[in-house]
Order: sequence, then structure tokens, then C-alpha cells
Amino acid sequence: MSQAVLDALKARFGDAILETHSDFGDDTAVVAPEKWKEIGEFLRKDLEFDLPVDLCGVDYLGRLPRMEVVMHLYSIARRHRIRIKARVGDADMNQAELDSLTSIWPGMNWLEREVYDMSGVVFRGHPDLRRLLMYPEFEGHPLRKDYPANKTQPLVPYRTEEEAGITLEKQPPFGPDEGMSFPRQVWQRPEEN
Amino acid sequence: MGDLSAPTRTVALDGNEAGFATTKFEALLNWARKYSLFQYPFVTACCGMEFMSVASPRFDVARFGAEAPRFSPRQADLLWVVGTISQRQAPVLRRIHSQMADPKWVLAFGTCASSGGFYDNYTTVPGIDKIIPCDVYIPGCPPRPEAVLDGLLLLQDKIARGDRTPRILKPREDPLTLVQLGHKKKDPS
Ligand code: SF4
Repeated sequence: MSQAVLDALKARFGDAILETHSDFGDDTAVVAPEKWKEIGEFLRKDLEFDLPVDLCGVDYLGRLPRMEVVMHLYSIARRHRIRIKARVGDADMNQAELDSLTSIWPGMNWLEREVYDMSGVVFRGHPDLRRLLMYPEFEGHPLRKDYPANKTQPLVPYRTEEEAGITLEKQPPFGPDEGMSFPRQVWQRPEEN
Repeated sequence: MGDLSAPTRTVALDGNEAGFATTKFEALLNWARKYSLFQYPFVTACCGMEFMSVASPRFDVARFGAEAPRFSPRQADLLWVVGTISQRQAPVLRRIHSQMADPKWVLAFGTCASSGGFYDNYTTVPGIDKIIPCDVYIPGCPPRPEAVLDGLLLLQDKIARGDRTPRILKPREDPLTLVQLGHKKKDPS
């Protein structure tokens, strides 16, 4: 429904809009990361996108740039919505940086902290870029695809079986894959050719 | 006080109105304990809904003398761990448990508290027995109130026996699962 928004973006920013598509009623623009903030200002002021719905990071390991930051916006005033993506970061997630949008939408504050926490994208100019969900002692960014699926970082050391006096393996009726409809599948980094 | 487990002495009084029962002092104490479990509900996730159901009139946990919640661990006997315990909460849970006065019991309510459930990842403690001792485990996601009451009765039996072994698992009569896990032979019929 927001083809007009895409057209306005293309008319205004030209080459900085790398790609657009409209599938299933959702309109998406992939933009150049340098213009992230400028485009945000344009959307907020001129097209009245007043509600930042969501911000998240998607890791496409093996593709460059590796991390895709996805922003969903909605305009309560004009009732249109748009999805904006920017691709950042090399294979080791260096230069995974974007400008913070907190000065445009104050609600972006926690969303950007979450993306920083989970994916490790740094938002330049964020007033308080700390982890949001994980604890400060946590190392790494768990939603990156190269974070090992079975790696945990307990804050409290687990009891040993001698201390507990019992086995700490799952016992019946709890099976080894309790509650899961299939056993865990561990992702393997594809062989490099 | 002498040996607490020896039977108390009976004193026979004259007169037909006076009735006496003799028991062991410890048995009496355990009987009193099992029907006056003051609970500390450590409710963190969706299982809390089922906990409310157990605590409210329809299932009425008051029938078993376990209805009084205490929101101070110092006044509680029974720690209900209801829901998912994330790694971030683990220090809190351990502190609450160590603040409770002895004798104390711990009940793992639901699959998450018992084994981590399907949260087999970086966020979640795979079962509270990794950090604190646990007395009774109630399987189910979430367990039905009947299953919870069953688990509570298991705990009461355990208290009455004076049994402090670390774990009792509520058996789950789910023949298919038990066969799949190899705990039971497949019925030939
Ligand atoms: S066992 Fe199921 S219902 Fe209970 S806390 Fe875990 S996910 Fe929620």
C-alpha cells in the first residue's frame, strides 16, 4: 500500500536506495548505511512515520555485508507502513555501525540497545549503548550465527554431581530433548571453497 | 530433649472423657509440617497462570494446608519455582533459597523449572537442580492443576517420612513417551 512512500524515497535519495520490493503488501527499501539517519529524518518529518514499530538484526553469515538491520515504521497519522533495511559489517563484523536514530524517535533507544546486545551492531551517537537483555558479564552476541548453539555463560556456577548427590542429567519422565519436537540441530559453518 | 525419634511416653489418666494417642515426636512434627507449608512463589513465566489456578478456589490448594504465600523467604518453608529461570535470574534464585530457614523444601513446577524445557540455549538454566537442591519435579508445560496437587501430595508424603533425598520425580503416565524413551517395553498387543 505504500508504493507512494517508495517512490518518494527514490525521488529524494536516488542511488542511496539500493533496492526496493513489494511482496504480500509489505514494501521494503534497502538503503545505503551512510544515509540511514538522513532517510530516517526524511521519513519522520516529511512522510510522518511517527511510530517506530521494530528494529532487529538479521545475520546472513557468508554474505557480504553480513548483518542486515531491519526497521519497521508505521504512520499513525497517515496509516502507511514501510520496512527499511541496511546491510552492514564485514565477515568479522567490523564496521558494523549505523547512526543512532534516538534523536528522531526516542523509542528507538531500547530497540537499538537490543540490536547491539543480540547482534553487536554499534549505533553511533546512542546516549546509553549498554546491553538490554543479557547481563553485562555476557561475552559475544548470541543471535549471530557463529555463536555456538550450545554455549552458555552461567552467572552462578552449576552444582557438581558430588555436591548434589544425584545425577544432574535429565531423568525420566524428562527426556533428553524434553519439550522439543525435534533434537537440537547444530549449525556447521559451510566449508570454504 | 533426648532422642526425638523414640516414642513419647504415655500417661494414662483416670476418667473416660480423656483420650490419648501416642506417637513419635518426630512423626508429630512432620505431620504438622506437611499441613502447614508456607510457600514462597517464585513465579517467572507462563506456568504462573496454572499456579494461579491451583491457588484459586476451583482447585483450592488450601485443602492441603499450603495456601499461605509469604513474600519473605524468611517466613517460607516451600519454594515454588514456577516457570523459566534465566541465567540472569539464577543468582536471585540462589539467594532466595539460601535466605529461607531450615527445614525448607523446593518444588520445581513445570518442565522449564525441572529441566529447562525447550529453552535449550544461552538464556536458560537447564533445570533448577543445577543451582539449588530440589525435592519434587512436576512435569508438564504447564502441568495441569491436578498434576500440581499430585506433586504436592508427593512432597507431603516425603515430609511425613522425614525423607531428605534430593529428588522425587512425579511419574508421567504417558505410555508413548515412556516407550520412546526406552523406559518401558512396547506392549505386544
Ligand atoms: S513449562 Fe511451559 S508453561 Fe511452564 S514456564 Fe515453561 S514454557 Fe511456560
